[in-house]
Amino acid sequence: MGLGSAARSGVAVAAWSEAEGSAIIGRHIGRPGPLLPILHDLQTAFGCVSAEAVVAVAEALNLTRAEVHGVVGFYRDFRRAPAGRHVLKLCRAEACQSMGGEVLARQLLDRFAIGWDGTTADGRLTVEATYCLGLCACAPAAMLDGQPIGRLDRATLDDIVREVEP
Amino acid sequence: MTTRILVPGDAAARAVGADRVAAALQAGIERRGLAAAIVRTGSRGLFWLEPMVEVETADGRIAYGPVAAADVAGLLDAGLLEGKPHALRLGRPEEIPFLKRQTRVTFARCGIVDPQSLDDYRAHGGYRGLARARELGPAGTVAEVTASGLRGRGGAGFPAGVKWQTAADTPAGTKYIVCNADEGDSGTYADRMLMEGDPFAVIEGMTIAGYAVGAAMGYLYIRSEYPDAILAMERAIATARHAGVLDGFGLEVRVGAGAYVCGEETALLESIEGRRGQVRAKPPLPAHRGLFGRPTVVNNLVTLATVPAILADGAAAYAALGTGRSRGTMPIQLAGNVRHGGLFEAPFGLTLGKLVETVGGGTASGRPVRAVQVGGPLGAYFPPALFDTPFDYEAFAARDGLVGHGGVVVFDDTVDMAHQARFALEFCGIESCGKCTPCRIGAVRGKETVDRILAGENRDANLALIEDLCQTLRDGSLCALGGFTPFPVMSAIRHFPEDFRRRRLPATVA
Repeated sequence: MGLGSAARSGVAVAAWSEAEGSAIIGRHIGRPGPLLPILHDLQTAFGCVSAEAVVAVAEALNLTRAEVHGVVGFYRDFRRAPAGRHVLKLCRAEACQSMGGEVLARQLLDRFAIGWDGTTADGRLTVEATYCLGLCACAPAAMLDGQPIGRLDRATLDDIVREVEP
Repeated sequence: MTTRILVPGDAAARAVGADRVAAALQAGIERRGLAAAIVRTGSRGLFWLEPMVEVETADGRIAYGPVAAADVAGLLDAGLLEGKPHALRLGRPEEIPFLKRQTRVTFARCGIVDPQSLDDYRAHGGYRGLARARELGPAGTVAEVTASGLRGRGGAGFPAGVKWQTAADTPAGTKYIVCNADEGDSGTYADRMLMEGDPFAVIEGMTIAGYAVGAAMGYLYIRSEYPDAILAMERAIATARHAGVLDGFGLEVRVGAGAYVCGEETALLESIEGRRGQVRAKPPLPAHRGLFGRPTVVNNLVTLATVPAILADGAAAYAALGTGRSRGTMPIQLAGNVRHGGLFEAPFGLTLGKLVETVGGGTASGRPVRAVQVGGPLGAYFPPALFDTPFDYEAFAARDGLVGHGGVVVFDDTVDMAHQARFALEFCGIESCGKCTPCRIGAVRGKETVDRILAGENRDANLALIEDLCQTLRDGSLCALGGFTPFPVMSAIRHFPEDFRRRRLPATVA
């Protein structure tokens, strides 16, 4: 069984560029409460919110670097460095626990020899812990590069492993 | 005539292969030159039958499920388009007992309409609520919501009409409607289903709220774990704006960033404003000083999506349903280790046992039910001995539990309740916003103490310490994250004491 019709080549991101970063910031600057939309868009473009990005955002919004850094650090979504080419979010919350999600998660992590929120040495996969994907009647659940996967079992794990092959 | 085939586009249906089924159907239709078109709907919420495919026949809709892509050729051969017999044929969806037992008010359209079609929304009763609100006027609309008895479906159960009245009574000026779709509780997916399956109901509900309290701008805060819902809402808002049905009401989606605590209304407001999602002390109430310091109504998505139906059919019809002070219906979400997991909307008052055993059909594993967590990660674990508890805000509170956002997570007899208590404290520690000490530090110390109990160190003294700590968390925390973590912890200790006292191999500790 394959995982889905959507082609998953992984997430393509560019290296930080002052010009592109400023353009992204400029798109939001007049809005009320622009910081989170800016950080989301910067991460989509560059794969993370880098130290350079924090400086650029702080200057543009007239905030201190510490304030921006504090927001970036508070939210689990924002990364300081890019993730692997594929990102797998595995749900660790109660509904998925009740269906044996923790055992499956452990098997997958061992297979790639990484821990939670770790990236494989070859950079092909990051596995992140998440607490609920809203797929709780189809537990255990996961999300690979934004695509939902339910009723996780050994066979679907094998599919995921194949999907992220280099 | 073109036959319509309905395949859910709901994220949970997609998670179990609905896209592959839709693609196989499309290919089959083209290869055979059939006059049929595929429409992606929301889900009916019968997740053990997903992907559930429906076909419109002369006798109404006929459902088949669970359909795999490999079944499609056989289904077309058997006469899917005419609703002919097949091993996967379920018959008329409305006759499936799980659906037949329900009273769908909030979810009346979910799984039935094309979620992105404003015409379909109107054809199924959409925008009747807003029209009636305009007849009643702003004050009459608030009075109608108050009379319906609708309480906040996010978990707190605060009367929606009182909240609206408070905001309406503030002097005219900039006010906001904020829809809380930061549905972080494990075992819940009602917000997600509505956004994906009936987004115009959310939009209409927010528009009515804005009209009633005098707010011209609304923000819809959706958690980032719901990419499909974000897309569905953004598309529907663009459609509504283009069609002119927003009538000057500004509406914008804001995306969360992976912080559970932002489901707390004041942390959510901080997040929209661009800060760390830290809880604000109350007062002031958001209805007095909320978003950007302005009067703000913050309502859960289910609450707002129920408003159009209340206005359309009248407060009395809604208030006639339910029990005690819990009026109307509750979309209950059966999840976890349950045979028939799904969305079950019913008037308040069904017992927990009936929900789990009769509606849910017991566990998915076939083993006995040992515990049920109701109301998300901050809800209590109930043993079968408490299955006579009716689904009702006050009845759950009386048994040291909560209804919350309506999630019911079932566990079989392999569950280790000491582990679940430890997880509740660990989760509180991970998600604590850090503002108040009991939550920030208490959660971590609590987890360490459970670890000592699991290791067999001074069990009685450490259990007493946990109880003392839970009292501090309950009485001393700023919000429900720290304040309610004692529910899962203490219910596990009270109802499953044996799990805290048995001998364990060192390797199974932590």
